[in-house]
Amino acid sequence: MLYVLEDTINGILIGSIYGLTALGLTVIFGVLKVINFAHGSLLMVGMYTAYWAVVLTGIHPYLALIIVAPVMYFFGYYLQNIIIKPIFKAEKDVREPITVIIVTTGVWYVLDNLSLLIFGPQYRTLQDNPLRGKMLEFAGMMLSIPKFWGFVIAIVTAAAVYWFFQKTRMGRAIRATSLDRESASLMGINQYRIYNVAFGIGTAIAGIAGVTLVPFYNVFPSVGVLFDIKGFIIVVLGGLGSIGGAILGGIIVGVIESVGPQFMAATWTEAIVYGLFLMVLFVKPSGLFGVKYDW
Amino acid sequence: MAFLEVRNIEVFYGDVQVIFDLSLHVEEGEVVSIIGGNGAGKSTLLRSISGLVPPAKGEILFEGVPIHKAPPEAIVERGLVQVPEGRRLFTLMSVKDNLIVGAYNSRADRVKEKTIEAVYELLPRLRERESQLAMTLSGGEQQMVAIGRGLMAKPKLLMLDEPSLGLAPLLSKNIFETVRKIADQGTTVVLVEQDVMHSLSISERGYVLEQGRTVMEGPAKELLDDPHIKTAYLGI
Ligand SMILES: Nc1ncnc2c1ncn2[C@@H]1O[C@H](COP(=O)(O)OP(=O)(O)O)[C@@H](O)[C@H]1O
Ligand SMILES: [Mg+2]
Repeated sequence: MLYVLEDTINGILIGSIYGLTALGLTVIFGVLKVINFAHGSLLMVGMYTAYWAVVLTGIHPYLALIIVAPVMYFFGYYLQNIIIKPIFKAEKDVREPITVIIVTTGVWYVLDNLSLLIFGPQYRTLQDNPLRGKMLEFAGMMLSIPKFWGFVIAIVTAAAVYWFFQKTRMGRAIRATSLDRESASLMGINQYRIYNVAFGIGTAIAGIAGVTLVPFYNVFPSVGVLFDIKGFIIVVLGGLGSIGGAILGGIIVGVIESVGPQFMAATWTEAIVYGLFLMVLFVKPSGLFGVKYDW
Repeated sequence: MAFLEVRNIEVFYGDVQVIFDLSLHVEEGEVVSIIGGNGAGKSTLLRSISGLVPPAKGEILFEGVPIHKAPPEAIVERGLVQVPEGRRLFTLMSVKDNLIVGAYNSRADRVKEKTIEAVYELLPRLRERESQLAMTLSGGEQQMVAIGRGLMAKPKLLMLDEPSLGLAPLLSKNIFETVRKIADQGTTVVLVEQDVMHSLSISERGYVLEQGRTVMEGPAKELLDDPHIKTAYLGI
C-alpha cells in the first residue's frame, strides 16, 4: 500500500513537469490556434541551454532559470516573428492555417538536426550535480528531490502565467486576441506582436521545464520527441488552452505511468494513457476540465 | 480639410468588388449617419476606414494624415475607433476587462482609470455588471459594453456599426440617446444604421449607400423628407 502511495506521489511530481511542457503548448495553441509541432524541440533547446548554462558558469542547476527563461523567451519571440509570421500573413483569412503546422514541423526537424550536428548524439548528464539521485524521506516514503522541486517550479510557473494573463495589460491583450482577433485589432492590439509574445511565453515555459528536467534527465538531440507526444495528449486531456488543465492533465498521465507498473506490464500503462486520450477525444473533446479557456 | 475624408475608394473581398468609387467627409463635432439596406457595403466601408480591409484604390485621410495604408492598431492610436457590428465582445472576459482592453492604445492606457469612471457615469449599468462575464449579459447590456469599450479608447471619432441591431425598440431608443450624449460631450460620431428614422433624427448629416455607392447625401432633415428615402427606408 505504501508503495502505491509513494508511486502516486512520485507520479504527481513528474506529472507536473509533463504538465509544464504541455502548458507552453497550450498557451501557444490558445493564441495562434495552431498546434506547435516544434514544442518538443523547444524543450530540447531549453534543456541544452540549461545544461550549458550550468556547465559553463557552474551555477546551481535551478539558478539557470534566470538565464534560460529570458533566452528562451527571445528565441521563441523571434522564431515566430521571423519564420512563422510571414506564413500567417500570407494566409491571414484562414483561421487554422495548415501551412503553419507544416512550418512548425519543419522547425522541429531543423532544430533536432542542428543540435545533433552541434552537440553530437551523446547523452549528457550534469557532473557535480548537487541534486543527482537525492531523495527525501517522508513518512517512510522515498521521494525524488529534483522531482519535488520540479513540482514546485511547475505550480509556481502555472500560477504566474495565470496571474499574468488576468492582471496585466499584455495578458489581457493576449486573452482578447485569443478570443477574437479582429475585435482585438479594433482595440488597437497588434495581432502579430501578440503572436510573438505568446510564442515567446510558450517557449520560455518549455525552457523552464527544461531546467527542471536537466538535474535528473539525460540531454540529447531527440529528447523532445518523448515529451512531444505526451504534451499533445495532456493538452487534449486537460482541455486545449486551459492552464490548470495542462498541469492536471500532466499529473494524471504521470500518475498512470508511475502507479501502473505495480499492477501490469509497463507497456500497458502507455495503452491506458492512449486509451484515456481517445476516450476524452470522443466523449468530451473540450477536455476533462470543462471550460474552453480559463484565461 | 475635413476631419475624416474618404476619397474615391474601391474595396474588394478577393476578386469581388464591394465598394465603388466612394467618397465622403466628416467634420469635427458632427454626427453623420450612413444608412442603407443589408449588403449595401456599410460595414465594409467602416472596416476599410479601420484598416481591416484596406482599399485597393483611393485615399482615406484623418486629420489630414493618410491612413489607408496603416494597420488597424495605428489607426486606433490616432483616435479613430470603431464599435463593430454584432458587438464582438470578448465573451469569456469580465465586463471590466473588456473595458480595460478597450483602453489598450498608449494614449488611452495612461488615463484609463479616469476614463472608466466617465464610462460608468454614462452607462451606470456597467458598473453593476463589471465582474460578470460579457457572454452572460443581455443584448442591450452587451451593446452598452461595446460602446463603453469604444469610449475607453479615447476616440476623437467614434464609428458605430448598427448599434441598435437586434434590440427591442425601448432599448434601441436608449442606445440612440447614449450616442447623442457622446456626441454632445465632444466626440465626433459616424453612425451606421438601418433604423433610418432614429439615426437621422440624432444626426447633422447623412449618406445613403446602395450597392457600394453613395446615392444620396445631405443634411439629415432633408433626407428625412426625401420621397425616395420615405418609400425605400421609412416605409411611408
Ligand atoms: N468577408 C467577406 N467576404 C466576401 N464578401 C463579403 C464579406 N463581407 C461582406 N461581403 C459582401 O460584401 C457586401 C457588403 O457587405 P457589408 O459591408 O457587410 O454590407 P452591410 O454592412 O451594408 O450590410 C455583401 O454583398 C456581402 O455579401
Ligand atoms: Mg453591416
